[in-house]
Amino acid sequence: MNLLGTVRIDLPAFPVTIRKKRGRHVKPAPFAYKKVRSLDEAVALLGEKDAKLLAGGQSLIATLNMRLSSPSLLIDINGLDGLSSISGKGGAVEIGALARHAQAERSDVIAKHAPLIARAMPHIGHPAIRNRGTVGGSIAFADPAAELPACLLALDGEVDATGPKGKRTIKAQDFFRGLFETALAPQEVLTAIRVPAADKGARVGFAELARRHGDYAIVGLAASARADGKGLSDVRLAYFGVGNTPVRAKKAEAALASGNIDAAVAALDLDPNDDVQATARVKKHLAGVLLRRVAKQLLEAGS
Amino acid sequence: MSGYALEIALTVNGERVSERVDARKTLVDFLREDLALTGSHVGCEHGVCGACTVRVDGEIVRGCLMLAAQCDGATVDTIEGMSDSGEIADLQAAFEQRNALQCGYCTPGMLAAAQDLLKRGAVPSRDDIREHLSGNYCRCTGYHAIVDAVEAVAQARAKGR
Repeated sequence: MNLLGTVRIDLPAFPVTIRKKRGRHVKPAPFAYKKVRSLDEAVALLGEKDAKLLAGGQSLIATLNMRLSSPSLLIDINGLDGLSSISGKGGAVEIGALARHAQAERSDVIAKHAPLIARAMPHIGHPAIRNRGTVGGSIAFADPAAELPACLLALDGEVDATGPKGKRTIKAQDFFRGLFETALAPQEVLTAIRVPAADKGARVGFAELARRHGDYAIVGLAASARADGKGLSDVRLAYFGVGNTPVRAKKAEAALASGNIDAAVAALDLDPNDDVQATARVKKHLAGVLLRRVAKQLLEAGS
Repeated sequence: MSGYALEIALTVNGERVSERVDARKTLVDFLREDLALTGSHVGCEHGVCGACTVRVDGEIVRGCLMLAAQCDGATVDTIEGMSDSGEIADLQAAFEQRNALQCGYCTPGMLAAAQDLLKRGAVPSRDDIREHLSGNYCRCTGYHAIVDAVEAVAQARAKGR
C-alpha cells in the first residue's frame, strides 16, 4: 500500500480464481452474430435485411456501442482464409482485405514497394487499434478523415469486390462516392486492394495534423508523383479531412509539377466544411502547410 | 455458430472459461460483468481512451471494440493475470515509485500498453514510449511520470539481460 492507494493488487497466487456474476450491462442494440467460413456464405448472408460485415470492428463496434448503428445481423468474416496476405504481383502490391494494420505496418513488401502506405500506417489509430483494424475495413468504411482511402486515391489504386454476380475491380477514383459511401453494392464484399509497386522514379509524401497522434486527421495529405529530371510529373495530391471523401487538389497538382510550391499552395481549391475539430478557414490554412511539407518530401531524391 | 446468444470457450488469465454470452456484449463488459475481473476499466467505450486495454492472443486490443463472441477459442490476459503472474511487477513498482498514477483509472490499460512495448526487448526512446502510449488517456499525471517509469523499467530490464 502506498500513499496513492492500491497499485499492487494483493490477490491469491496465479491463476486467479474467477468469481462469476451475471451482468446485464450491454451497450449495443441486439443483433445476431454469425461467424462465416466462406466468402460465398458472407455474400449470401448480406442479402438479409440490415446485415453488416464485421472485420476489424474498430469503427463498427464503436458505432454499435453508441447505437449510431443497429444491424440485425453481424457477419464475422475474421475466420476467412486467403484474405489477409500481402504480396507483390505483376508490378503491383496486393493487400488482402483482412490484413491487419499492424501486419501492414510490419510488412517488408509494403515498406519496399508501397512506401506511401508504409508512411501512413503509424498515423492510423494506436497500436491496440492497429492490431485489430483491417486494411479492407478502412477502405470500405470510407471515413473521409481516414488515411488509407486517401493513399489509395493518391496511388491510383483499385479495389476487388465479390458479390452475387461474381468478382469485379473498381478504380479508387470511382470507389469513394460520398460521406461513408462507396461503389460497393449492398451484397458486395471488398476482398483486396491493389496499388502500383513503387519503382525507382516513384516519389511519395505523407503528412497529417491531428489533435493527438493516431486520432482522425484535422487535415491530412497523401501524395505520389514521378521524378522528372529535377522536377516532378504525374503529381497526385489526395487530401483527407477536408470533404465527404478523399479529395484530389488538381490545380495544385499542376502547379507543383511545374515546380512552384508557392503557386501550388495558392492554387489549392479545397472547399472544406467546419467540423468539430477546426473551422473551414483553419483547415484551408493547414492544407497549405501540409502541401509545403509534402512537396519537400516529393522533391527529395529517394523518398 | 450464430444467434443472439452464443456459447464461448476461452482461456482467461490461464483459466479455462465457458460461458453463454449475448452476441452484443463487448469483451470488456464480459470480463467485468460475467467474470468479475474488474481491473479492466470502461472509459469512453468507443476506442479513444484505452482504459479497457487487454491482451488477446498475445496482442493488446481495445476491450470495448471486440465482442466477447469473437473471443471463442482465444487466450485473454487482463491486468489481474499480468499482475499475479509477476510479469509486470517491475513496471508496477516503477509506476508507484514515480507517481505515474493518481486516480488509477487509466493504469491497468497503461500498464498493458507499456508492457506490450517493453516485451519487444529493445530500449525504446522517450518518443517511442509516448507514441506507443498515445492511445491511452491519463487525465491526472500529464504523462511525464509515466514515460519516466516506462523508460526506467526498459533500462533496468536491458541491464538485467
